[in-house]
Amino acid sequence: MIYRANVRPAWVVLVLLLCFAIAFALAKSSDSSSSGKKTEKQGSTEKVDLAKFKNSETNEHCLKCHGQSKYVYENAESKKPVHKRMYSELIIKRDEFYVSNHKGFRCTDCHSEDYATFPHPGNLRMESKANCLDCHGGDEKYAKFQFEKIDSNFMASVHSQKHSQDFTCWMCHNPHTYKINARTNENLKETITYDNLICLSCHSDITKYELLTDKQKPNILVKHEWLPNQASHFTNVRCIECHAQNKDTLIVAHFVAPKSMAVKKCESCHAQNSILYASLFKYQVRENIKKQGFFKGLFLSETATIGPDQNNTLNIISLVFFGLTILVILIHAVLRIQKSH
Amino acid sequence: METNHEPLYLYPVWIRLWHILNALFCLVLIISGLSIQFSNPTIIVKFRAAVAVHNVAGVLLSFNYILFFIGNLFTKNGAYYVIGVKGYYGRLKTQFHHYTIGVFKKEEAPFPVTVDSKFNPLQQISYVAIMYVVLPLVILSGLGLLYPEITVNSLIGISGLDYTDLLHLACGFFVTIFMCIHIYFCTFGKTTLSNFKSIINGYH
Repeated sequence: MIYRANVRPAWVVLVLLLCFAIAFALAKSSDSSSSGKKTEKQGSTEKVDLAKFKNSETNEHCLKCHGQSKYVYENAESKKPVHKRMYSELIIKRDEFYVSNHKGFRCTDCHSEDYATFPHPGNLRMESKANCLDCHGGDEKYAKFQFEKIDSNFMASVHSQKHSQDFTCWMCHNPHTYKINARTNENLKETITYDNLICLSCHSDITKYELLTDKQKPNILVKHEWLPNQASHFTNVRCIECHAQNKDTLIVAHFVAPKSMAVKKCESCHAQNSILYASLFKYQVRENIKKQGFFKGLFLSETATIGPDQNNTLNIISLVFFGLTILVILIHAVLRIQKSH
Repeated sequence: METNHEPLYLYPVWIRLWHILNALFCLVLIISGLSIQFSNPTIIVKFRAAVAVHNVAGVLLSFNYILFFIGNLFTKNGAYYVIGVKGYYGRLKTQFHHYTIGVFKKEEAPFPVTVDSKFNPLQQISYVAIMYVVLPLVILSGLGLLYPEITVNSLIGISGLDYTDLLHLACGFFVTIFMCIHIYFCTFGKTTLSNFKSIINGYH
């Protein structure tokens, strides 16, 4: 008589599934509460201690007006104070400037000393603005950033070709807030958001878009309707992954190509030889391998993408395992056939 | 190898229907799954088509699994999957011995198919493992990949999708291995094809 434990496995699985559902609900709720904490924390670190910056005192002469949304001056004739709104694009936010790459500069390092007088002389409106290469070009200290290469890529890009002189470095990289990101930020998602916001600053803002073209601004959501899991793509890859031609030596691609050349094939990214390795994951993977060793660095990442996330070792192990299974079956079958004759 | 010559009606219509659909969906899922995993160059089906097919077949397989699950909760068939713990290891060894040695000596099967016991000890444990461990895991992880927003964002710094992906692939791999072995062992009937006929006409 065979002893039977009278519990059907299906009931066991049902109980386990219920436990899983509860654990899942708990994990999801702690997930959302921890992300809530994160935004709170980010908000509180925004205050900057100005005393730390050597030129902050000098800069305050400018920022007492340009650092806020309104300014006050005395009318020379009526001797009464006049309250005016500052144009939004002339506002320099201290919190952003003093964490940016150019935080060590005085305002007058780049702008004319004549701004020291108020009202500012009218001819200063014609002041030409320096671009990246005026300071960074040919400087060995900045060689690793390859500004010349960035410039030639940019010149070939649709941004430069279509808009010529109107499209400068500043359209994307605000010198008062620009902060190097892809090389220093270990959080891939933050890099993605940061870089995509640069594109969206024009492509989702009609006022800035109109500065450069009379064309009607396309609706990005509608234009990308063909893309499955659109929200997931928008938060997990950068626009430039598909819209720029990535050169292996540059961390960030500047050769933004016409839309006819945009990547549209799923398997360009979702494959072992994914183009993302030449762009988005390039720096990340290199750094991870340095820190965690080849296996972990390549294998476990913050994001999960079908295709590029494959691990060759696992592929080989599974292929060998599969091969051995088939081999054992074949040998067994051949022996059976032999014995039956 | 079968001693009982009375034909046993072992596979009612719902089991046969579930079984053939399950086999079909698994096959489609394995082929489309491989095409998604190894997409450039295309090995079998183009990536986009493979994704669409995989999603649809995955959902259908899940519904089919629910049929199996409910059927085995409430009908007599569920009892075949209950493993009798006492002396099980010994029975497992006997069955293993039969497959590795006895079968070549034309020995009788140690656990012939009866109305009370449809599966031999090795079948029992492998069917329980595949149907109650691997398949639920592959379905749940598949659901997590189909709706990435429901998957836990991250666990110790690694994306929840990464674990889900790995689990899905591993389970998919085990299903593939299971299918190969399962089909081979089906040739162990009275004749090579008799077990295949049984699962179609219901009589063993």
